[in-house]
Amino acid sequence: MSVLPVNDTSLWKPARILNRRIELAVKLVFGLFALVSVATTIGIIATLIFETFEFFQEVSIVNFLTDDKWTPLFSSGKFGIFVLVSATVMLSGIAIAVALPLGLLSAICLSEYASPKVRSILKPLLEILAGIPSVVFGYFALLLVTPSLQSLLEWLLMVFPFLQSYVPKLEGFNALSAGMVLGIAITPLVASLSEDAISAVPQSLRDGAYALGATKRETIISVVLPAALSGIVSSVILAVSRAIGETMIVTLAAGQNPRLGLNPFVPVMAMTAFIVQASLGDTPAGSLAYRTIYAVGMSLFVLTLILNIFSFWFVRRFREKYD
Amino acid sequence: MANLASDPSRSPLESGSKGLFKSELTKRYRIDTVFSAAAWIAVTLLVLVLAVLIGDVLLDGASRLSWDFLTSFPSRKAERAGLLSALVGTIWVMLIVAVVSFPLGVGAGIYLEEFAEDSWFARVIEININNLAGVPSIIYGLLGLQVFVRWMQPITGGRSILSGALTLALLILPVVIVATRESLRAVPDSLRQAGFALGATRWQVVCNQVFPIALPGILTGTILALSRAIGETAPLIMIGALTFISFLPKSVQDPFTVLPIQIFNWVSRPQAAFHNNSAAGIIVLLGVLLLMNSSAVLLRNYLQKRH
Repeated sequence: MSVLPVNDTSLWKPARILNRRIELAVKLVFGLFALVSVATTIGIIATLIFETFEFFQEVSIVNFLTDDKWTPLFSSGKFGIFVLVSATVMLSGIAIAVALPLGLLSAICLSEYASPKVRSILKPLLEILAGIPSVVFGYFALLLVTPSLQSLLEWLLMVFPFLQSYVPKLEGFNALSAGMVLGIAITPLVASLSEDAISAVPQSLRDGAYALGATKRETIISVVLPAALSGIVSSVILAVSRAIGETMIVTLAAGQNPRLGLNPFVPVMAMTAFIVQASLGDTPAGSLAYRTIYAVGMSLFVLTLILNIFSFWFVRRFREKYD
Repeated sequence: MANLASDPSRSPLESGSKGLFKSELTKRYRIDTVFSAAAWIAVTLLVLVLAVLIGDVLLDGASRLSWDFLTSFPSRKAERAGLLSALVGTIWVMLIVAVVSFPLGVGAGIYLEEFAEDSWFARVIEININNLAGVPSIIYGLLGLQVFVRWMQPITGGRSILSGALTLALLILPVVIVATRESLRAVPDSLRQAGFALGATRWQVVCNQVFPIALPGILTGTILALSRAIGETAPLIMIGALTFISFLPKSVQDPFTVLPIQIFNWVSRPQAAFHNNSAAGIIVLLGVLLLMNSSAVLLRNYLQKRH
């Protein structure tokens, strides 16, 4: 053993104190990095609350919740937030009416019907669709979907003239095409989250249904989907929350006309569209217009937060566990 | 029913339309076919929409796409307008977003996965990250407007590249953190234990053993997060990225524009010529996204082969 220079510490120095210090420093620095995300949340909530509070110093909260007009940039401004909320709700409603059937059926197709090879082609295609920036969807809604819908309606009226009194004219900016394209934009989210939930249902459940004589569709509808229900519902809620917060599609294609009501053929103004419109103009910090942006932002934040929390709660409460 | 009892030649299973149990297989299979057809149609429809979208953009924009288009500044005349300032702005912003969000996100991910004990502090951060992922991007714009543009104006220079990049960095931070944690979690624990057994400290184990193996996954996740940031428009409109920039930024404190904002501006003009410009801009944007995503895949494959 004389080969090993046991006492020659110059060859091997553990440098324990130094290592401990490095360890501590790393832990401290990385811990601070993790705190950045908490600081972001606090920053968001603090700025929203602060500016909204200032806003309500000038505009009464009763008017904010009950007025039926939204004219914040006029001198005799009216601040009925429900004008914007109604547009946002209508747009999200149309979007989910498109995204729910399309997304759920695609999820069923990918997990139950498609062979692994077909699936490996389709899945990346849906991911590409999910990765398309929203401004591109806005272009699509305004310059392709709206004109196509307009000519479709014209053609319908030509073939069935008696519809004339029922079908209104579709304007250049409208909630219908914006909502439909919004629906396409959130469909990949519904599809991929629902597919995860459906794939998590154990095969034994399907086998049991087949053994009882159920066909494939009956198995899917009465066994697989109920078992995956919590995941599917939460995917839909998250998609609605995404639709509410989506900005560019509704700004470009739905218009800038604040109006109360649920008519999808005319221009409306969603909450996010107002925020964009107001911030494109000149809104000096501290002005009422500037604070209005934050008040609408606060409403938007609260709306999406409620939906997100509800979705988490729903999954936790109704998840079926198999193992 | 009386008929069934009096007719012993028919077994209960075959009782068909009159019996207690109607199997009606033909009808049920027919509905099955309709259902599976509906499922296939839904997927086909989505793929078709993607194809129409890309086809429409190519058709409208391909004629405008040229070297001049990429190297000209915006102009009031549609046929002379170009993407140069938007392209350069996007590159600046993305570089800063990457430089800021990568160390922050990876550091936070390493802390949460390797260093933090299962304490209330770690749980709070975890819940917080989940919630942040659901916050609409435009809300980040409101935060950026207040914090980076107003409060930190002496540092960021107001409505500048730096303000925009920091806002987007905060936006994708949760995504980078989650990607880092997932890649770290995929590294087998035996490697860490082997490191500890050799007398390495936790940091030495993480730095020399775990991190290099997790790196491909982390890089892929980061590039995907960056490609999301490239397409973001709303937060940058909030912090006041301009649409008409006829100079190249010299420092990070200069005003700027990016590809999606230039596209947004062109789409919202009434003239059809500008719409063609926006289609050409979209082709460039999608091209950049495609480049980033494929480089993420290639990088992952390359690094995975090395380990």
